[in-house]
Amino acid sequence: MARKLLLEKAHVENIRSYEVYRREGGYRSVEKALKTLSPDAVTEEVKKSGLRGRGGAGFPTGMKWSFLAKPEGIPRYLVVNADESEPGTFKDRYLMEFIPHLLIEGMIVSSFALGSNRSFIYIRGEYWWIVDILEQAIQEARNNGWLGKNILGTGFDCDIYVQRGAGAYICGEETALIESLEGKRGNPRIKPPFPAVKGLWDCPTVVNNVETIAAVVPIINEGGEEYAKIGVGKSTGTKLISACGNLNKPGVFEIDMTISVEEFIYSDEYCGGIANGKRLKACIPGGSSVPILPANLLLKTAKGETRYMNYESLSDGGFATGSMMGSGGFIVLDEDQCVVKHTYTLARFYRHESCGQCSPCREGTGWMEKLLLRLEKGQGKMSDIDLLWDIQRKIEGNTICPLGDAAAWPVAAAIRHFRDEFEWHVTNASEAITKNYGLAHYADPLLATA
Amino acid sequence: MIQFSESKQKEVEQIVARYPAGKQKSALIPVLHLAQQEFGGWLDVPVMDYVASLLQLKPIEVYEVATFYSMFNLKPVGKYMFEVCQTGPCMVSGCDDIIAYIGEKLGIKPGETTSDGLFTLKTVECLGACGYAPMMQMGKYYKEHLTREKVDQIIEECRREAARINN
Repeated sequence: MARKLLLEKAHVENIRSYEVYRREGGYRSVEKALKTLSPDAVTEEVKKSGLRGRGGAGFPTGMKWSFLAKPEGIPRYLVVNADESEPGTFKDRYLMEFIPHLLIEGMIVSSFALGSNRSFIYIRGEYWWIVDILEQAIQEARNNGWLGKNILGTGFDCDIYVQRGAGAYICGEETALIESLEGKRGNPRIKPPFPAVKGLWDCPTVVNNVETIAAVVPIINEGGEEYAKIGVGKSTGTKLISACGNLNKPGVFEIDMTISVEEFIYSDEYCGGIANGKRLKACIPGGSSVPILPANLLLKTAKGETRYMNYESLSDGGFATGSMMGSGGFIVLDEDQCVVKHTYTLARFYRHESCGQCSPCREGTGWMEKLLLRLEKGQGKMSDIDLLWDIQRKIEGNTICPLGDAAAWPVAAAIRHFRDEFEWHVTNASEAITKNYGLAHYADPLLATA
Repeated sequence: MIQFSESKQKEVEQIVARYPAGKQKSALIPVLHLAQQEFGGWLDVPVMDYVASLLQLKPIEVYEVATFYSMFNLKPVGKYMFEVCQTGPCMVSGCDDIIAYIGEKLGIKPGETTSDGLFTLKTVECLGACGYAPMMQMGKYYKEHLTREKVDQIIEECRREAARINN
């Protein structure tokens, strides 16, 4: 049984309420940090823990914090990114919905470390009912002296506010999120300057994912070094994985990053295998923007080694034969699923969510959607596949923010690993409308090296 | 005349107070949410102009935000809006069938509203409920693990609630 640091208490009855959360040991990390540590010492513990940002990029959190500019007399801000919108990802929702005080506790400690007296949770607008849950937790924390002025008599002031977005995936990008929080369209900013220097209202700002900030609680309670002992290599601590698609037990799981992908999919402790006795065809292991992998390359690397659920192992082989940990959104497709159609829905998603600022993304995502729809409907040409490849290459790396890359990668990986399924949609067009290509020869590991 | 009730005006003041002085533009999205709820489920131009005057913004600053975010409705919608997710994970879990079924049952296509003004069907992109698919948003809450039976039940409940309010 893997060790749980975040969701261990998530199923205790009434853990949403302050009394129960406190009785179960909640808010100890605030006492420890504010009374016995300096802000820099808290940052030092986070550095020692090896914690990497849980939103998708995996950047070391302690390092991000240490970049925060601290000019005299200018406020600094912590903004928690709860704009969880990457298809396949629903872990932050779970954490906020079931154990909201963990996020509030992590935010108080993190705000102390960063010197933020006014911190925000930017939550996607659709998570409407969760706003109430969070606001109640904040109110309870304030009533019990964990928020407000002079917390625990230490002189540290902190307030937390929840800001609802209004339906824009792009606002998960940190500079777009800041724009949105300033009451504007979610157009990402050109970096530099980075938010650590010029963020919210031009003040130094740290934007961190919900899970990242929640992980600060066990790091302070147990110490950074202890936290770093869990996991493997540079994948320290535990990770929330949201698993979905054709699984027996889709849901949110907390794993320590030493288990294999095979164990995660098939063991009863996690996803319990593929639904309806079907076979595994493909998987997008880290949210819709990371490369899709056929079953053989998912379970084993190109070198034939077991693939594990951690940052290094999932990216083993680069984009040619590997993928990424990303946001932990684990999407599983069974043998009946059509990769062309699935990729089409993702292309449509990115076209819908492009902010329209950069032409490669604005125009390219629309072209990719149209071409994929044509292929999916059996009206495509062989040259459409090459055109798709060409378009995705022209988007990647040519936009202000990573949405362009995020739109390009799923298309590239689908063609790279499933090219014969795309071709079949052209050569067997009438069949493609009513039937799926199935597994065909995807069990052949050589396919992966195309 | 378009105006928030006194209690809603207080709410606007509380929202503005979250931000430093002079940064009241940050209140725009929360106040637009509030306006949409209060003024019939969508944002008409006079409503947006009212929000602009409340927050001391130029009307264009409000329009450009209202048109950017997909949760703001720029034309009237039904009393009950069924926003069904159609992105990849929901697709592999059977959302196409659910969308078709709702459309058939209500006699409308995605993007349309029933003639009695009760229901709007809308397809949306990922709502972060992929493990509980197929699903849709209805107002503040999610309806998950949708089946045809569950859809029947939801529509029935909406109709009963609407009839109760009308009586």
